[in-house]
Amino acid sequence: MIKMINIQKIYGTGTAQVEALKGIDLEIKRNEFIGLIGPSGSGKSTLMNIMGCLDVPTFGEYYFEEKSVESLTHNQLAEIRNEKIGFVFQNFNLLPYATTFENVEIPMIFKGFRTKERKNRVMELLEKVGLEGRALHKPSELSGGELQRVAIARSLANNPSLILADEPTGNLDTKSGDEILKILENLWEQGHTIVVITHNPNISARAQKIVKLIDGMMENNGK
Amino acid sequence: MFYRELKTQKKKITLTILALAWGTFSIVILLAFGDGLDRQMTKAIHGLGEGIVIVYGGQTSKPYKGLGKGRRILLREDDVELLKNRVSGIKLISPECDRYDNTLSYGQKNITERVIGVFPSFEEMRTYYPERNSRFLNPVDLQKKRRVVFLGNKLKEKLFEEEEAIGKTIMINSIPFLVIGVMQEKMQNSMYNGPDEEKAAIPFSTYQAIYGDKYLDRLIYKPKNISQAAAVKKEVYKAFAEKYKFDPEDEQALNIWDMIEEEELNNKIFLGIEIFMTIVGSLTLLVAGVGVANIMYVSAKRRTKEIGIKMAVGAKKRYVLFQFISEALMIAFIGGAGGVLFSFLVIKLFLILPFEGDVADILAHPVISLNTMALTAIILGIIGFLAGFFPARKAASKNPVEALRYE
Repeated sequence: MIKMINIQKIYGTGTAQVEALKGIDLEIKRNEFIGLIGPSGSGKSTLMNIMGCLDVPTFGEYYFEEKSVESLTHNQLAEIRNEKIGFVFQNFNLLPYATTFENVEIPMIFKGFRTKERKNRVMELLEKVGLEGRALHKPSELSGGELQRVAIARSLANNPSLILADEPTGNLDTKSGDEILKILENLWEQGHTIVVITHNPNISARAQKIVKLIDGMMENNGK
Repeated sequence: MFYRELKTQKKKITLTILALAWGTFSIVILLAFGDGLDRQMTKAIHGLGEGIVIVYGGQTSKPYKGLGKGRRILLREDDVELLKNRVSGIKLISPECDRYDNTLSYGQKNITERVIGVFPSFEEMRTYYPERNSRFLNPVDLQKKRRVVFLGNKLKEKLFEEEEAIGKTIMINSIPFLVIGVMQEKMQNSMYNGPDEEKAAIPFSTYQAIYGDKYLDRLIYKPKNISQAAAVKKEVYKAFAEKYKFDPEDEQALNIWDMIEEEELNNKIFLGIEIFMTIVGSLTLLVAGVGVANIMYVSAKRRTKEIGIKMAVGAKKRYVLFQFISEALMIAFIGGAGGVLFSFLVIKLFLILPFEGDVADILAHPVISLNTMALTAIILGIIGFLAGFFPARKAASKNPVEALRYE
């Protein structure tokens, strides 16, 4: 599903250059559950952003579903983000002025679903994450755990094959974190490929495979 | 849903809309009053006549073929025939003679007024249009030397007051004349020997039978084609120069009042005024446009993170562009519509208010033209588009990660 060859990411120029990734080789197969761990500043998020087509590597080759991402246009990348990848952020990244329903609906609007289809699907997803009663609430009226569940529902909007979660439980209490973990596990069981950046030992314990980054390099492979 | 985002900047948007409305209002009002002024002035000038040339006699200022300078040149009745035959570009022509000290009487009323003797073509050339159910002099009147009279509307009021005048007989210097027509009220700001509304017109032949004037006071003609007016004038001058033996280059031999030239000059002045007003109005609108650009720019900056979120879940560039441009256009449209509505109200109010007098006749007739509306719509459209386009392009060309990091 994903193949990375010698991925490097360099920020800045000249003496201010920072090498965030120093050559990552990574392969992820369909329906794997990967835990991405490492100290802060080790390049986890940078790697995940590249994986999610939110950013492009400075050097190296990235193949998403056998296609080289390098050759894709702005719009094609947007389509991949819209249809193939679901992103769950640590700080949720929900639109503050929109309701739960609308936040989940947005990726479907970009894909071009009709109003009725969107409505059915949004309600289905909200049920899946246990938020059917919160459809008309704004983010400011929801708890952290609820916000993250909205974000997960949004990431599932167009039924993507790959779900990327960047410290999804980082801002949550243990109970809410466990709920999120349960949802992610369910998704994995339903056939989604899941990559999670986490410090949460519960999550890394469930992962099939652990990728540990230190200083922009992979330390070891698998457990 | 997405317009809810704009709510966060209510105050700024309200101010911008007000600025746009004010700019639109200024441009519409300026042009409406400019157009109204132009229209009324043109109407008033046309009170004397549209596209006519008035020829008077003069005095030579150059010696010519053995004749000395300072000779009086006076027009005669047969000059009319001469011009008709010699100058093909003339559409209408009429001689005019007049005398001031005539006693016009009806019943117990006696008035001293001016009487003119003219051809029927005077009606069209000098806008002596009759009121309903009355007429101007016609060719039969002229041919049969009928004693019929066409009264200026003010003169009719003085003689008859509210009474019907058509069909009544009045005395002009004790000679009975049948009233066949009364002039429609008209605006007139150019004139000779007083306004037309105070004159009485009789057939030229009748006039001559009574007074037997040797010379014409003036001669009026209208060229067929305004674009040929200058050439026709030259030919007229040449024909007279030949007959009365003066140098065709002698500009003082005849006095010519060229309404066509005068109107062209007038049109140029008004075009100048209109251009000036358009520029002033457009600049006002442009200032408002800077406001829209500013708000869209700030809004794009403040919303960078939201744009990032949308891009992260699959928004394409054109979606972001469309959103920003439509927002800016909407602001421009609301402001523009408000301004147009307000100016309509003000203009309607102006037209309802009872302004009277010569100045009000000229000034208080604003006109909203389609051109003005189209112009404001185009300017507002351009402002809206540009104000939305540049900040949006900037926001949309960001890397999603960069945009997401923006706080």
